[in-house]
Amino acid sequence: MEKRAFFKEKWLPYALLLPQLAITIVFFYFPTVQAVYQSFLIEDAFGTSTEFVWFENYTHLLSQPEYYRAMGTTLVFSAAVTLLSLSSALLLAVMADRQIRGAGVYKTMLIWPYAVAPAIAAVLWLFMFQPSLGVVARGIRALGIDWNPLLNGTHAMILVVLAATWKQIAYNFLFFLAGLQSIPKSVIEAASIDGASRTRRFWTIVFPLLSPTAFFLLVVNIVYVLIDSFGIIDATTGGGPAKATETLVYKVYLDGKLGGDLGGSAAQSVILMIVLVALTAVQFRYIERRVHY
Amino acid sequence: MIDRRSGPDWLAHSVLWTGIFILAFPVYLTFVASTHEPTIISNGQMPLTPGGHFFETYYRTIFIGASSTTRTPVGTMLTNSLIMAMVIAVGKIAISIISAYAVVYFRFPFRKTAFWTIFLTLMLPVEVRIYPTYNVVATLGLLDTYAGTTIPLIASATATLLFRQFFMTIPDELLEASKIDGAGPIRFFKDTVLPLSITNIAALFVITFIYGWNQYLWPLLITTRADMQTIVIGIKKMIVTSDALTEWQIVMATAMLAMAPPVAVVVLMQRWFVKGLVETEK
Repeated sequence: MEKRAFFKEKWLPYALLLPQLAITIVFFYFPTVQAVYQSFLIEDAFGTSTEFVWFENYTHLLSQPEYYRAMGTTLVFSAAVTLLSLSSALLLAVMADRQIRGAGVYKTMLIWPYAVAPAIAAVLWLFMFQPSLGVVARGIRALGIDWNPLLNGTHAMILVVLAATWKQIAYNFLFFLAGLQSIPKSVIEAASIDGASRTRRFWTIVFPLLSPTAFFLLVVNIVYVLIDSFGIIDATTGGGPAKATETLVYKVYLDGKLGGDLGGSAAQSVILMIVLVALTAVQFRYIERRVHY
Repeated sequence: MIDRRSGPDWLAHSVLWTGIFILAFPVYLTFVASTHEPTIISNGQMPLTPGGHFFETYYRTIFIGASSTTRTPVGTMLTNSLIMAMVIAVGKIAISIISAYAVVYFRFPFRKTAFWTIFLTLMLPVEVRIYPTYNVVATLGLLDTYAGTTIPLIASATATLLFRQFFMTIPDELLEASKIDGAGPIRFFKDTVLPLSITNIAALFVITFIYGWNQYLWPLLITTRADMQTIVIGIKKMIVTSDALTEWQIVMATAMLAMAPPVAVVVLMQRWFVKGLVETEK
């Protein structure tokens, strides 16, 4: 799509684009190229000499059990958050989509957690589940479970999953609700004239029509967990206990900072970038398909 | 009227109330904790109803800060967060609207290249290129400055795309009419394009304000001085691993203060928030 009418000024468009392009090149492209370049280098501990080593950082990375462990942790984390937040958001959206009293008020009261920073969400949940003083932790301990997310890796994972899910439900709810409201009422009316029950109407008509939204949300949620989980993990567990909550993005940060292994950290960055590019590409293919509907 | 419900109304109401309760409960507890004495909290004996130390705690939090850890008053952190969120929101909108204007309303060599250069940054969040970006900021001498915390986050592919899409829907006749009236590109922008974009600007403002306020990794790397910290990273430093030292009533008051501005923006500007969220994801 192009405009028929336009201006013919020669230099003005470049001046208008300059701020955006300058920031993009200085803070996006240059560091990205640097990250790729750095991933081929090994620097000694004092930063005095560097050596170009081709793919050694990558082969070293892929031979480390810790890397696969971080990958596994990321998979468990994203699968749990995606599943929990999508299913509960869908349930809430289906309920809020009905013509009931106060639908607008419900919507407002369900979307506000979107505005809470991941790190703050993490602090709220940490406080409830803090083994010695948390209100919920007290309840769990009363049931005879030795609840301690500071020492037990599984408990720590449950804590970060709950905090991440809590924050993400609002976003998914909003998109599911928009998806539900865009389904033509005539389709559902036709089905109910044909005698389809309420449950059947949901699974055979509403749910399939909602699947593009669900697929889009699936990708967005995976990206959210991959990237935004940083604040949640750093504020609650710091990757611990014993690396039980160390995700890929958190490992990039830790290895570069505490480990001082910039080459290895850069190699991990490059792998993450490739994953993100792939996910974004998948998302755009979906958008193209949606346009043809 | 065909019945499109899938169960009785009371079921919907109770499911929704359960959802609201689960979402609101952590915040309620946080508020309760911010009104109690620290000893009662660290004993694990905190009641589920608010206590009487509301003014005392919030006064100390805002003007003095947590004494046993960082001594920065949370008021300073709030100012930093506000500056960061406002500069990022206004900056993103300003540079995106002019670059979209350039791409849509002008014909010039490398127009497509410029567009794709901006567009591809969608796939490069700061989290995957942490250290090289940090080095650039350090080389430019921007550590511990507002410029360092904001400018690298101001480029926005999504905002540029949104404005571009919107400009495409503005009828060409408007430009033709303005040209007949003798308007140049700057006057056409000021008198026609900008007023038409107000709702889009409002929608983007809500989204980008929240984005800026909630930044975590970036200010964590760029700021070392306590008086440059934002509230979202300041709160983490108040939590001491050995919990005996953590002043939970201050931490919880800080959490309330950190949530209040972005939540207020979402609730008060809900219409634009929903528009912004749905349209930037297209």
